[in-house]
Amino acid sequence: MTLDQVRTGDWVKIISIADERIREQAFRMGIDEGEEFTCAGVIPAGPVVLSKHRQEIAVGRELARHINVEMLAPVRQTKAGMAALEGGLY
Amino acid sequence: MAIKKDAVENNKPLKVVLVGNPNVGKSVYFHRLTGHYVDVSNFPGTTMEFICSRFGCDFLVDTPGAYGLSSFTPEEAQVRDEVLSADVVINVVDSVHLYRDIFLTYQLADAGVPMVVALNMVDELKARGLEVDAEELERRLGVPVISTVAITGEGVDRLRERLAEARPGLCDPEVEKMLARYPNLGRAEALLVLEGDSDVSVRRGVEPGQERDAIYAARRRRVNDTASAVLFERGADAGLATRLGHWLINPLTGIPALIFTLWLTYELVGVFFAQTVVGFTEGTLMGGYYEPLVRSLLSRFLDLDAPLGTILAGQFGLLTMAITYLFGLLFPLVAGFYLVLSMLEDSGYLPRIAILTDRVMSYLGLNGQAVIPLVLGFGCVTMAIITTRMLASDRERRIATFLLALTVPCSAQLAFVAAILGSLGAGYVILYGLLILSIMLGVGTVLGRFLPGQTVPLLIDLPTMRLPRPSNVLMKTWARTFGFIKEAFPIFLGGALTLSILRVTGLMERIERAMEPLTTGWLLLPGETAYAFIMGFIRRDFGTAGIISIPMEPLQMFVALVTLTLFVPCIATTLVIFKERGWREGVTVWLSILILAFLFGGLVAHLVHFFQGISPTLVLPLTALTVMLALFIIVAVSRQRETG
Repeated sequence: MTLDQVRTGDWVKIISIADERIREQAFRMGIDEGEEFTCAGVIPAGPVVLSKHRQEIAVGRELARHINVEMLAPVRQTKAGMAALEGGLY
Repeated sequence: MAIKKDAVENNKPLKVVLVGNPNVGKSVYFHRLTGHYVDVSNFPGTTMEFICSRFGCDFLVDTPGAYGLSSFTPEEAQVRDEVLSADVVINVVDSVHLYRDIFLTYQLADAGVPMVVALNMVDELKARGLEVDAEELERRLGVPVISTVAITGEGVDRLRERLAEARPGLCDPEVEKMLARYPNLGRAEALLVLEGDSDVSVRRGVEPGQERDAIYAARRRRVNDTASAVLFERGADAGLATRLGHWLINPLTGIPALIFTLWLTYELVGVFFAQTVVGFTEGTLMGGYYEPLVRSLLSRFLDLDAPLGTILAGQFGLLTMAITYLFGLLFPLVAGFYLVLSMLEDSGYLPRIAILTDRVMSYLGLNGQAVIPLVLGFGCVTMAIITTRMLASDRERRIATFLLALTVPCSAQLAFVAAILGSLGAGYVILYGLLILSIMLGVGTVLGRFLPGQTVPLLIDLPTMRLPRPSNVLMKTWARTFGFIKEAFPIFLGGALTLSILRVTGLMERIERAMEPLTTGWLLLPGETAYAFIMGFIRRDFGTAGIISIPMEPLQMFVALVTLTLFVPCIATTLVIFKERGWREGVTVWLSILILAFLFGGLVAHLVHFFQGISPTLVLPLTALTVMLALFIIVAVSRQRETG
């Protein structure tokens, strides 16, 4: 699945980033292949907000479409997901 | 002592460079260490320029934030070059975001640059449920690590003392081995070549290396390893700031919060500063006391109706209009605007607004960040155009500037528009709003489609929400206001002089006459409206005020109102566009707006005239329907060509 399909609270792992230019751009923000993130928010048809180690990064939908992720645990199945749902951060 | 020997022995001043990720507080250090104030805000990308100042016997350089040294972006490439020529680096890291920040630290360590690490914002650790072991970090990095809170000055003296202990950090042993492949290059350059940096490779005439992915991956492992060893989670992230940050980007709570903020901003800037304060400074102070005083003083020495008198104290007088605009209008507006903007900037709210509006703005060829200048334009378009500086690319600054200049009426003009529409009726109010919004969306869509380049997708680091510090807000407001007035001063005098020359030489009347065919022929308006348009060249709100007294049919009044809303921006705005965008683009924007204003005005005139022939009672709904249909077609066609 791609990053634009995740929901708030999902815990995902970045598998690959399709576009080389986007890969370099995302890398600088710490979004790298193999990194795991909690989704802190999804704005309908808008950016996806990733969260890790108390750092939040908003990824525009156009970018998110090019990022392949693996679902580690969907929302409501993880502590992280519940915490994110409640507004507190993992 | 590991600092370059020749520099120390010859007692040459050292070049000290502040380096760090965006929004970690480099500029606060710059201010603390040199006493030279530079803009400090709470969003990534505040510093876009390199600033240099004396620092004891040495030089300190402030750089834009960078996540790494590379040739990925022009800013990073410039930071890389500053580091390559630095004697000492002060690496500023945000203690809460160590996982992100020490990637750059380890790159600097591998590059062998003498450095110290300023572990900043340690005061925020507790609220975020964290604790950092600074001694362990120092041991692992191999360089001095100083815990600091730059905004309060805590630890800054300690940093100054330990600067002499600056030394290269511990290099990754694998990287160390690879560096031996380039015996003829400096260590930092060798590292960049290994990492495939094309600029440095070309400069040194070697092939770029292929090791970037391997080195970066190993470095990321070192970063995660160190961060997990020095950063401890002591509790949950209890920060109210974090919750507030989430509410602000959740559409359910975020949209009402956004509307409230926009309303508050408009009340402060658009109403209080633009009307109450400017009414006093421009109307009472400058118009009531200053200008009459200047005129009476001048009239003792020269004839005020003679060309020289007109140039100095006439309608566009250097000593009257230019000075009144600068100090009576611009000064309080700039100050008021920056006061509000500084608070917004320091709170960390701006990037969150950008996230919420990203989708809507993408239709205009912009990303979310552009919403801020567009909204501020309703207060003062001149100020709003200055804020387009915050946008990510030149293409976006261009689109936002054009939309502001064409479609956004400033608070002064809105006051007259409201008065006229109020007398025309609710139907006209709705049609006016619909028309102006449609033109903004339509023109934005077309610009987004046809300007070269692509919309830069949003990718931003969200700063922690913070309460703005009054001292920084006031200092920033003052520094920016003063800087703006200093820069605008000569431009304003030049603009006023040109206008006076037009008046003195009689060209003004000729322009007025030349416009008549356009007004009566194309816009179907009474001939006298030419006068309002001439006034509109000076300021759109003067022009709008001018049509109130001209007897017209309601539909004609509406057409004149729409044309004047879209009309060329006021002198102040035009001068700022020239200053920000350069002469060539300024002229293009100005002429395009002139043509578009008359084009749209004429189209509306003919449209309502046509519908009046069909059914006088259905003119407004039919016009609204046509406008929406036209907008729909433009957006659909533009987007289809984009995907197709």
